[in-house]
Amino acid sequence: MKHVISVLVENKSGVLARIAGLFSGRGFNIDSLCVAETLDPTKSRMTIVVRGDDRILEQVNKQLNKLIDTIKVTDFKGEEYVDRELVLVKVNVNSETRSAVMQIVDIFRARIVSVNHNTLVVEITGNESKIVAFVELLRSFGIKEITRTGKIAMARK
Amino acid sequence: MKGAEVLIDCLIKEGVEHIFGIPGGAVIDICDLMNRSSLKFILTRHEQGAAHAADGYARSTGKVGVCFATSGPGATNLVTGIATAYMDSVPIVAITGQVPTPMIGNDAFQEADTTGITRPVTKHNYLVRNVDELPSVIREAFHIALTGRPGPVLIDIPKDVQQKSTSSRYPSSLDLPGYKPTRKGHFKQIEKVAGAIKNSKKPLIYAGGGVIISGASKELLELVQKARIPVTTTLMALGAFPETDELSLKMLGMHGTRYANMAVTETDLLIAIGARFDDRITGKLSEFAPHAKIVHIDIDPSSISKNVTVHIPVVGDAREVLLELNKIVEKADSDEWLEQIKEWKQQYPLTYQQGKGGRIKPQQVVEEIYRATEGKAIICTEVGQNQMWAAQFYKYTIPRQFLTSGGLGTMGYGFPAAIGAQVGNPDKLVFDIAGDGSIQMNIQELATAVINGLPVKVAILNNQYLGMVRQWQGLFYDKNYAYTSLARNVEPAEEGNGPREMETTYIPDFVKVAEAYGAVGMRIERPQDVREAIEEAIRIPKTVVMDFRVEKEENVWPMVPAGAAISEMIDGVELL
Repeated sequence: MKHVISVLVENKSGVLARIAGLFSGRGFNIDSLCVAETLDPTKSRMTIVVRGDDRILEQVNKQLNKLIDTIKVTDFKGEEYVDRELVLVKVNVNSETRSAVMQIVDIFRARIVSVNHNTLVVEITGNESKIVAFVELLRSFGIKEITRTGKIAMARK
Repeated sequence: MKGAEVLIDCLIKEGVEHIFGIPGGAVIDICDLMNRSSLKFILTRHEQGAAHAADGYARSTGKVGVCFATSGPGATNLVTGIATAYMDSVPIVAITGQVPTPMIGNDAFQEADTTGITRPVTKHNYLVRNVDELPSVIREAFHIALTGRPGPVLIDIPKDVQQKSTSSRYPSSLDLPGYKPTRKGHFKQIEKVAGAIKNSKKPLIYAGGGVIISGASKELLELVQKARIPVTTTLMALGAFPETDELSLKMLGMHGTRYANMAVTETDLLIAIGARFDDRITGKLSEFAPHAKIVHIDIDPSSISKNVTVHIPVVGDAREVLLELNKIVEKADSDEWLEQIKEWKQQYPLTYQQGKGGRIKPQQVVEEIYRATEGKAIICTEVGQNQMWAAQFYKYTIPRQFLTSGGLGTMGYGFPAAIGAQVGNPDKLVFDIAGDGSIQMNIQELATAVINGLPVKVAILNNQYLGMVRQWQGLFYDKNYAYTSLARNVEPAEEGNGPREMETTYIPDFVKVAEAYGAVGMRIERPQDVREAIEEAIRIPKTVVMDFRVEKEENVWPMVPAGAAISEMIDGVELL
């Protein structure tokens, strides 16, 4: 099962390595990991998507808490939250398919950020199901490249 | 003040008296000043020895042990010692030099990514890039090492940081927003424990190293006496509860007593205190304490429900929790159970067969050390058979008297640890019970012991084998003793047609090795000489190495085969 965990950490060098090392050393699976500074520049927030059953999640939670640089761990399980991911997709187009792609982009409220003769680069943000649906639709045109930020999340309240 | 000066000032403010280590290019500024300070530097012969010595110092005194090494190979040599301390929750602070900050990452001479390498084996570590941060880093390091679940902390200090001036000094307070160990147990949970004890007919305490670390032995004894609960201890907790007490079941697990393992299998309430359900304890998890409700008192939340599902968790310091529990606990309905345990203890004592053919039995050596030291010595062990016999045949009654590498199982731990323990306890008798394999992994520290006038006694149970591996090969690998013989085996010159036995030579000659280092060497080959030899070694106020030539293929019994349930112990003493 996938879980979204938000970890508030001290913004110091080596913290990312510490967390990444914890996951690899203990055999936990990371789906994605996002990290950036918070409003307070001495702290960073990491959003980690991790796979595992309840027992593994409990250990992930406890092990993260055990790190000295970890200030707070929030597991969004059973809590109302919003999550988003930003994806850049480079898709093949020609004079015939270009408008079809643009229509899809429109429907999904995505944006075209770069136009070339044979490709378009499209930016989309959204939750997981929207992104999956969008990527699936573009697949038939031929996706040349895809870059994802990984998920970020926030509690609604 | 320069960084190096600030470091020494902060170490003294932290109460440090002794430092174990080896100098080098990246720490030469620190050495230069340390040499003129009140700190006593104990020069070891290998950085691994320094780390283990700091560990032995810490385990035996309860204070933080400090080890010290230069950059690159100095630091990497510390790693085994740091990992050993990490697995057994020992508070040490390791200080390493690093190449100057502008050179970091350039593959400079003697450069290694020390914080990267040690990250998985330290509780925390620091690379100090700014000299102004040095005092607060040192304060934090000692605090983190000693509090909560203790552990090693490493501070990596680049050479230019040691040389730069700073106005920062030892801070009066700490700022660690992410580090607040829970010490007090939740009272509702403690009440539940008391309730469970009251309703239990077959309660059992499973005490771990946390009892020793938190200084909870007195409180444990009080709990046991009030509630009438028998106690089994892990290897790490030997000495936490007096093994001479009628309610002691000694050690449990792979080489524990049969009666302790039977009690675990039958108990209806298992109270784990400062223990972590290690695989050497539990054996096959699904058959561990199958009838028991499980209580787990531990300061480390991540230990709870990691291997075994716990019914009543209590997060907190063992001593703090027991103090509260003792206020409300009532006697368990355990009379019948205690009778049963008494019976088991009589029926399945720890024992061994006396040697045939005049060979010394290794167990006899441990028993004689117990007798000669009146049970009061600090006993260090190496790892393997020597470690298990030392655990089984000495009766431990004092916390911090038994030092062993339980978690990592580091051969070569015992002797340098004994050096550290002797430095921290100059008036106590310190023994290292060793095997002929493990003693050779840090035998160079004989120089450290002799030069510093440390009267450590090393008792080598010399069987010419890497004995524990040989035991497994004997039991589970058709006696194919692959690479476990430490002797030189030579076929004798041809003579007649009869079957020829290999001529084996003991290598090295430990008596000569001891003498080469300026220590006293003794060789003991007959059972009747064991007692006198130990007594003599104790009388000699010097480092002594006793080479006991023991029965070569003696096994450690009883034993739970790897992966079996702990109720399925095999015992070669009966089989023979």
